Formats: sequence, C-alpha cells, structure tokens
Amino acid sequence: MEWVQTIAVIMDSAIRLSVPLLCAAMAGLWSERAGVVDIGLEGKMLIAAFASAVIAAQSGSAWAGLGAGIIASVALALVHGFAAITWRGNQIVSGVAVNMLAAGLTVILGNAWFGQGGRTPTLEGAARFGDITLPFAATLRAHVPVLGLIYDEVVSGHSMPVYLALLAVVLTALVLKRTRFGLRLRAVGENPAAVDTAGISVAGLRYSAVIICGVLCGLGGTYLAVSQSAGFLPHMTAGKGFIALAAVIFANWRPWPALWACLLFGGLDAVAIRLQGVALPGIGQVPVQAIQALPYLMTVILLAGFIGKSTPPRASGLPYVKER
Amino acid sequence: MSAAPIELPRWADTALVPLVSVSAALAVAGLVVLGIGESPLEATALLLRGALGSAEGLSFTLYYTTNFIFTGLAVAVAFHAGLFNIGGEGQATIAGIFAALACLWLAPLPGILLVPLAVLAAAAGGALYGFVPGWLQATRGSHVVITTIMFNFLAATLSVYLLVEIIGKPGSMAPETPEFASHAILTPMHKLLAPLGVNLPATPLNSAFLLALAALIAVWALIFRSRLGYAIRTVGANPRAAAYAGISPSRITMVAMAISGALAGGLAVNEVMGVQHRLLLDFTAGYGFVGIAVALMGRGHPVGVGLAALLFGVLYQGGAELSFDKPSITRDMVVVIGGVIILFAGALDGMFRRAVASGLRLRRAG
Repeated sequence: MEWVQTIAVIMDSAIRLSVPLLCAAMAGLWSERAGVVDIGLEGKMLIAAFASAVIAAQSGSAWAGLGAGIIASVALALVHGFAAITWRGNQIVSGVAVNMLAAGLTVILGNAWFGQGGRTPTLEGAARFGDITLPFAATLRAHVPVLGLIYDEVVSGHSMPVYLALLAVVLTALVLKRTRFGLRLRAVGENPAAVDTAGISVAGLRYSAVIICGVLCGLGGTYLAVSQSAGFLPHMTAGKGFIALAAVIFANWRPWPALWACLLFGGLDAVAIRLQGVALPGIGQVPVQAIQALPYLMTVILLAGFIGKSTPPRASGLPYVKER
Repeated sequence: MSAAPIELPRWADTALVPLVSVSAALAVAGLVVLGIGESPLEATALLLRGALGSAEGLSFTLYYTTNFIFTGLAVAVAFHAGLFNIGGEGQATIAGIFAALACLWLAPLPGILLVPLAVLAAAAGGALYGFVPGWLQATRGSHVVITTIMFNFLAATLSVYLLVEIIGKPGSMAPETPEFASHAILTPMHKLLAPLGVNLPATPLNSAFLLALAALIAVWALIFRSRLGYAIRTVGANPRAAAYAGISPSRITMVAMAISGALAGGLAVNEVMGVQHRLLLDFTAGYGFVGIAVALMGRGHPVGVGLAALLFGVLYQGGAELSFDKPSITRDMVVVIGGVIILFAGALDGMFRRAVASGLRLRRAG
C-alpha cells in the first residue's frame, strides 16, 4: 500500500503543478485556433500573477485578486490583438514585446509600490484561495481501499482555481467543437477569407479569441500568485507559458490531448522534485535538469516530425488582408 | 521586415519612422516613471549624466553597447534571411560554455594563441547552436521561432547542470567555474589605451568592444557587399524567387542561422572572457531579447544597429546610475523600454507609418 500512497501524492502534485500550464495551454489554443499566434502567454500570466497578488493584498479577497488578474491579462491580450489584428503586425514580434513588457513592468511597479525587491506582501487568510475538501473525502478514504485514497488525495483538496481550470478544459472542448461560435472561430484560423465571404467579421472573431485567451491566462497567473504561493515573486512564471505552448503543439492544437500533455509535463515536474538526490536502481542518479528539460526536448523532436506530425491551424500567424 | 504597405520616401522609412517609434516608446517609459511618482525629466537628466557625464560612465555605456551590438547583429542577420531568431540567449549561453571550456582546458597555451582560440570556440558554440534550429527548419520544417524558444530553455538547464555538477568550482556552492588564468582574458580598455597616453578609469570595457565594431563592419560587408549576403537578402525577400535564381533557401537558412548564432556568441566573449573571467549562471541576463529591439530599431542595418546599441547602452548604464539615486526606478526600466520599442517598431510599425505618412502629407499640403 506504500506505493499507492506515493503514486497518489505524485499525482496530486502533478495536478497542482499542471494547473498554470493547463490555463495557459487552453488560452494559447483559443488564440491559435483563431489564427493569432501567441508566444506572449508567459507575459500575460506574469502580469496577472502580479495584479492579482497586489489586489488580493490590498482588498484581502482572493476573488478580487482573480478579477484584477483577469483584467490585467486581458488588457495585455488586447495590446497583442491591436497589433496583430488591427494593424496586421508581426504576431511573434508582438508576443516577444508582451513578454518583455510584463517582465519589466511587474518588477518596476512591485519595487516602487512595496519596496521588497519586486515581491508583493505575503497573502494570508481570505486573500488566498484555500483548499476545498470535496464531500465524503474522509469517509471514502477510511472505507474504500485505493479509490477512496485517490479520491481524497488526488481529486479532493484543491483550491478553487484548480477546479475552474479543469472546467475551462471542458468548456473549451465543448464550445470549440459543438457550437456555432466555435465552428466559426476554428474556420477563421483555417480560412479567414471564407468566413469573411460569409459576412462574419474576421476581426471580431479574432478579438474574442484573444480576449478569451487573456481571461484564461489571467486565471493561470492568479493561481500561481494567490493559490500556489502566497504572493508575487519576480519572474515567478519561470517559463510555464512556454511549456504550455509546447503542450499545445504536442496536443496538435486540440483541447483534450492538451490536458493530457499538461498533466504529463506537470507529472514530470513532480517526479523531478521527488527524484532530487535519489539514486534509481540500475540507472543511478538522474540529473533533475534532464527531467526538467524533457518537455522542451520532446517538443523539438515532435516538431521535427520524429514522433508524429503536428499541423498548426492553416492561417495561424497570418494577418488577414481583405483583398489579396 | 516585410514589404511596406504604405509608400514613404526612403529617408522617412529608414530614419523618421524608427525615430517616431522610439520617441513614443520613451514617452511610454516616461508615463511609467510618472506612475511610480517620480519626475520623468529629472530621471532623464540623471540617466544622461550617469551614462555620458564622465569617462567612467561613458566606458560602462560602451561596455553595455558591446553586448547589444552583438545580439542586435545576430537578430539582424537572421532577419535579412527572413528568419526570426529569438534564440540569442541560448546561443550565447552555449558560446559561453565553449569559451569557458577553451579558457580552462587550453590554459597551458600562451595568451596570444589561447585568446583567439577561445573567441573562435565561443563563435563556434553559438554557430552550432544556431545552426541546429536552422537545420531543423530547412530539412524537417520545424519553425525556427518555436525551436529557438525551446533551445533557450535547453541551454539554460544544460548550463545549470554543467555548472552545478561538472565544471563548477570545486568546493564552492556558487554555480560558477574557477577563474580563468590571467593570460586567458581579454585586455581591459584602460590597460590597452594606457601606452597611448589615454587615461581611463578601470571599467569592464575591454577589447571585445573593438571586436564588436569589427563585427559591425564585417556584417555590413557580408550583407550588402558579398555574394552570400545577396543570397541571404534574396531568400529573405522571396524564397521562391531565390530558388528559381539557383539559390538554395534551405542552405541559406542554415548558414544565416549559424552566422546569427556566432554573432550572439560575441555576448559570451564580452561577458565571460572580458568581464567576469569565469562562467556564471545566467550571464546572458536578457541581452539576447533586447537584441531584438536593437535590430528592429536599427532596421537591420549595421549603422542602425550600432546606433540603437549605443542608445540601449546609455539606457542601461544611465539606468544603473539612476537606480542608485532613485531606488524606486530599477534597471528593469530598460526591459520595459525594450518591450515597448519591440512592440512599436516591430508589430505596430503600420500604425506609425500611417501617422508619419499623414504627417508628411499635411506638411506638403500646408
């Protein structure tokens, strides 16, 4: 039974570590499915983490923090949209700019407002999202073998944003696949001219995708600062936006595979933390960095077509010009 | 650097549009300064005095400029081939590892051999690390932007592993190599110029600055005066036409990425061999990303890149001085300014072109 416990603990931390990836991956998926390439996921999460921590500290409410995080992230998303959609600018360049803006602004403002080297004050009590125990968790753990333990350890006991992130996956999959809006949005990423001919606004659809992308990055960033940690630290996203991008590519721009990719990457992270200083039988000590590098390495190998082909939406990265 | 949708006279295109976007970027930075309760005018005065007001300040400015020339040129060369190399950080990291290994392993050699070899090792490391994404794009169709992002992270984790586990200083917890032998480093400028009767204060400015100036000229000659440069520009303008003209776009992609990586390696030469004299973790410190702003602002032309690098050198050094006087304004302001410049000069240039075009028309009408 010892190993069931160990696996459950690793699964639990895999979920916790994959939530920011999950939010950012869904965000990237929305944006790229509509034809707007977004390498600024990292920056949007960072600014959301900062804004949510600041407002949660001032107001004492984690929910107010979430609102602020989403607003900040959407604002940055609109900057990207303005450049990419309205002015048909280079989307990659704009994404790089978004990342740099967020990295610089959060440190400068944090330092000027709180004078703690860019950190925000520590959040306590209602200013953080607490863990939620789902009904019957303790009873099931006591009476049902294995499954009860997994329910209590893995499914229950997370904070609100974790469940919101999982809900976001379900909604993304449903809306993209089953609704008119989703169909049109996907069409805009494949063939905007056809959508335009049908009398539907290309810019309108792309802006809505960019805004949804902002909302989801806002959720991911808020989770980092107001739930996983108790406050903002400079550069706390630490490349999670890019791993999420890797997950989107890995999942071939589809929601459910993206969920599994994020859980896989989160799981790798959890294993890496656990393996620190542990010698594996037969292999010896695996450098933690090797496991941390795996998502990036796998993405490169995948992109090179060695494990399968990834096909991005056909019009992604291309600004739409009415008459060509 | 796509074709211009709005027709402008050449002088306006190469000078006025970048000038307008940089002014707008600085205005945004001024708003940020205002937002944290400081006076932008006072801050600008302090910044300029810190960067240009003394021989010491000027030397520091030129030391930072050296870094920006290398990373700016790296991005610019790739731009000419139609490639967006955002892997400067990773390429410089690998270049730093190569340079450090050369300096440590070849230490028995005399300095006159060792230093050029280590510089070449840095260039080779950067070139190799730029070549691989180029090769992957040319032969396997994986987009250079995404692979270079991933390669940045791979280089960072590799350097952590090497510095912590393999080549770190024995008996030290700090992730850094032992210091190089005194003959394995680049000569500081104040020592280089002392025999000529020029007395400079001791600063990190070193002979890598001369190397950067040489790189500016070399890149100009390469891009605008050589057969390879012509091929690079043709592929950048229209890969299909280039293929019809007998130029292989995939070969040029690989070559341009390798040259770009080698230039990014110059950052390692300046920082590792010229200043730190050992390999440190994260010595690239975001210079690779600011290089994108430098290249965009300089319109990919070496003269423009040189000027833009100087501007960022001023901002960096002035920013450092400014943060002494005004602790609320940290050096991260340079990152913000870089971000706004990238946004304005790279992604919103259509908007600024239209503004400039209508401004010119108004003047002509009036």
